[in-house]
Amino acid sequence: MSLLDERPVDETPVPEEPVQEPVEEQVPSRPRALVRSERVELLLAVASGLTGSAVMCLLFDWTQPLTFAIWALLLFLGSTYLLARDSQSPIVATDRLITTLVWTSGGIAVSVLLWMLGYVVVKGIGGLNFEYLTSDLSKVGPLDEGGGVFHAIVGTLEQMMIASVLSIPIAILTAVYLHEIRGRLAGIVRFVIDAMSGLPSIVAGLFIYTVWVLQGQGPSGLAAGLALAILMIPTVTRTAEEMLKTIDDGLRESALALGAPQWRSVMQVVLPTARSGLITASILGVARAVGETAPVLLTAFGSSSINWSPFNGPQADLPLYIYQLLRQPNPAQIARAWSGALVLVLLVLILFVLARVIGERGARVRGGSR
Amino acid sequence: MALTTPDLLALEEQVPRDIARTVTRGDRIFRTLCASAAAVSLFIIGGTALFLAIKAVPALQKAGLVSFFTTSVWNPTVGDFGVLGLLIGTIIIATVSLIVAVPLAIGLALFINEYSPARIRRVLTSSVDLLAAMPSIIFGMWGFFALQAPLVGVAAWLNLHLSAIPFFRLSEADAPLLRSSFIVGTVVALMIVPIITSVSRDVMAQCPRSQCEAALALGGSRWGMIKEVLLPFGKAGITGAVLLGFGRALGETIAVALIIAFTVQANPHVLEQGGGSIASLIAIKFPEAQDLEISALIAAGLALFSMTLIVNLGARAIVRRTQIAA
Amino acid sequence: MTTIQSPQTAETPAANRQVVSSEILPEEQHPSSRIDATDVTCWFGKRKVLERCTLSMEPGEVTALIGPSGCGKSTFLRSLNRMHELVPVAAIAGTIELDGVDIYSEEMSPTEVRSRIGMVFQKPNPFPAMSIADNVLAGLSLSGMSNEDPKALVEQCLRRAGLWAEVSDRLNEGGMSLSGGQQQRLCIARALAVHPDVLLMDEPCSALDPISTRVIEQTIRELCEEITIVIVTHNMQQAQRVSDKCAFFLVESIGDPGRIVEAGPTAQVFENPSDPRTYDYVTGQFG
Repeated sequence: MSLLDERPVDETPVPEEPVQEPVEEQVPSRPRALVRSERVELLLAVASGLTGSAVMCLLFDWTQPLTFAIWALLLFLGSTYLLARDSQSPIVATDRLITTLVWTSGGIAVSVLLWMLGYVVVKGIGGLNFEYLTSDLSKVGPLDEGGGVFHAIVGTLEQMMIASVLSIPIAILTAVYLHEIRGRLAGIVRFVIDAMSGLPSIVAGLFIYTVWVLQGQGPSGLAAGLALAILMIPTVTRTAEEMLKTIDDGLRESALALGAPQWRSVMQVVLPTARSGLITASILGVARAVGETAPVLLTAFGSSSINWSPFNGPQADLPLYIYQLLRQPNPAQIARAWSGALVLVLLVLILFVLARVIGERGARVRGGSR
Repeated sequence: MALTTPDLLALEEQVPRDIARTVTRGDRIFRTLCASAAAVSLFIIGGTALFLAIKAVPALQKAGLVSFFTTSVWNPTVGDFGVLGLLIGTIIIATVSLIVAVPLAIGLALFINEYSPARIRRVLTSSVDLLAAMPSIIFGMWGFFALQAPLVGVAAWLNLHLSAIPFFRLSEADAPLLRSSFIVGTVVALMIVPIITSVSRDVMAQCPRSQCEAALALGGSRWGMIKEVLLPFGKAGITGAVLLGFGRALGETIAVALIIAFTVQANPHVLEQGGGSIASLIAIKFPEAQDLEISALIAAGLALFSMTLIVNLGARAIVRRTQIAA
Repeated sequence: MTTIQSPQTAETPAANRQVVSSEILPEEQHPSSRIDATDVTCWFGKRKVLERCTLSMEPGEVTALIGPSGCGKSTFLRSLNRMHELVPVAAIAGTIELDGVDIYSEEMSPTEVRSRIGMVFQKPNPFPAMSIADNVLAGLSLSGMSNEDPKALVEQCLRRAGLWAEVSDRLNEGGMSLSGGQQQRLCIARALAVHPDVLLMDEPCSALDPISTRVIEQTIRELCEEITIVIVTHNMQQAQRVSDKCAFFLVESIGDPGRIVEAGPTAQVFENPSDPRTYDYVTGQFG
């Protein structure tokens, strides 16, 4: 019984043209359900993680800060999931949880690196002075002040040079053999390079110890260089082969089409084009070897005085110096060890940055060719 | 000059010529040079196995080949050597490091490949590469001085809440938690994360984007795409990557030698102080060792060499197979 | 090491390269040669990709190899300078003679063949590690030759390739700093520096823009006076513009090897082909 019933019977309502209502009027003036933004949910999750864990620690009387942190993390992850689940589907909630976990792993990796670098700097910078960098440990007893790291620096540099001279040409020629020449031994060689790349550094040290040091040559920087070369060869070979693979085959064909024998094509075209990549590969190999302690322990034995000759007599190097000092539990030695660690880290950083810079410059040069 | 098919059938079948692919003298020398360089690696591996075996004989004869691998003792004066406990310890430490490393490494790999914005990606790949380049002694020092205290707290937490798992129990209520396999394993885990991450990244990057995009186009979430397309695709390669990490963890020497409270006996209570690995055995005992003990250390090194060889070759074979197929 | 004298043709005083093309050169200074391919058959492993191709490529002429893709034109071209055998499973039958000498016989080594029969590829690839001038001279050191006056040779080759005007002031810049068309002309100059008798070109313009294409076609017309040129091209109009003689390659059905269906003067092949398949192709019915 509405007003509409009182229309005259024979007046059929003529359908009017539909009125174009303004769009705004069709949108409800209030949201149907609560849609929380991701950022709000993140803050809520963090808050609930922290408060929940605090409550639990108070209730159960836990005092370890790490216990608090672990529970806070677990509650945070749980809340992330539940909050998302509340406003959206389980698929989205799981996705959000995984995203959080993945971001966490990224954060862990960067924090660990920064923590390690920062810690070494903080502990080592105090002892880093001119005297430290230019003297050795020969006149200094374990409890005395003074003493330095110079003999270790000398040892590291000499052993690195020997290892590089021995390993880099062999590694690059091996990479050429594998990729350019593809000889009959290629399969076996690749197999062996794989085997070598997993060789524990201490086993490499043992090998040189048995065939060189024990056979009467005695410990020396050269022996350490040999052991380090064994460690460098597979790394440099593999990276060099990757670099050669990036060289466009058209370049090789062009060189051959000009009448070149294969060796000229490789030496005059392929290798120069890959030069920066090969240098990067070599520097990375050096960076790996520079930090190895175990092989040097077994071959150069270490020393507290400068030994300028790598061919004769025990020699120190940076990682070994640090290790041997750490084995003596007194503060002065440990302090020296930390400063030595800082020097080592700086060396590795320099090599790393160098490899990056050269690698990028080379990629730009090569990048011209499609 | 068109040849129609009937004409062709009338002609004789041609046979490929014997081409004199004369290799110039320069090429011959070059190939020999490169082959010799490649052969150096063969000699190194072969030589290592051979010489280590030869020098290990005296100790193995004295201690007995079987008892060398089935007992846990290290007594140079009597000539009694047995590395069973250390073999177990090596595997314990490597396993702990895998458990910690694998989720972190795969999360990192996924983060770099799939989740991170471009700017952060560069920072992250550089961080991973730099972590890979960090000397193991730095890891060992930092692990011993900086990381131990917080990790002891974690160990206490694990012992408190998860003692249902037998490994997390302690042999006695007040056992010290410092210098344990757990702490060493965590530090070694951080050392092997880079290699697992970069190999996993390479493997996953080869997944055809069209498949991944198809999964997303069907209305799936990013995690759904990863779970249904990316991870199954990369399964074999990631397994290979994990094995590579395992092999690396087996051979880690200095970080273990610095941190662990060395003992020859196997210690299944990973949260508790005490443990050891073959590599750390060699590093710790070598400086003072004489003749027979050195021979025993060489025998231990040979055992380590064999273990890592098998693991690494298996891992590389798996990874190479995925690369050829891709 | 053979010493190459820069031929007299180089010292045209005018910088304009059109002058070079209008000179009539005495007979003994025509270093170009003829190639006669007889019953050439090529395999990759068990798969036969070319069957009994017979073709004569005359001195001083541009011969175009045309036909739809996949018919073996490039394979045929690569067999002419012994690049085909670089693939380990490749095999060949038949004879290919350069001025009467079988290039696959013991008398000629592959490197010697390739320094007399040069090649320019589809994708321009100047050597990235070298400057423009060094790129031009690269062929000399790669094939073990020397030259008394490298600077003059660089200029001569760049002029003949039509690139001198554009790069004469930056010869020491890297080869990669040029545009695509310029890079291809640099590759032509590089190929010319070893004074080949024949120049093979495998779709040299397909990766280039129309203007560069036109410049290179002009270069080809000028070069053919002194050098025999064999060019593979997909572009029928290009074949008509540039070549004196055409050979039409075709594969009958899938899995068949490629064969030369018809070969003859360009005008005849395009306007009055004797084979209906040729007619279909040149009128655009397929391909």
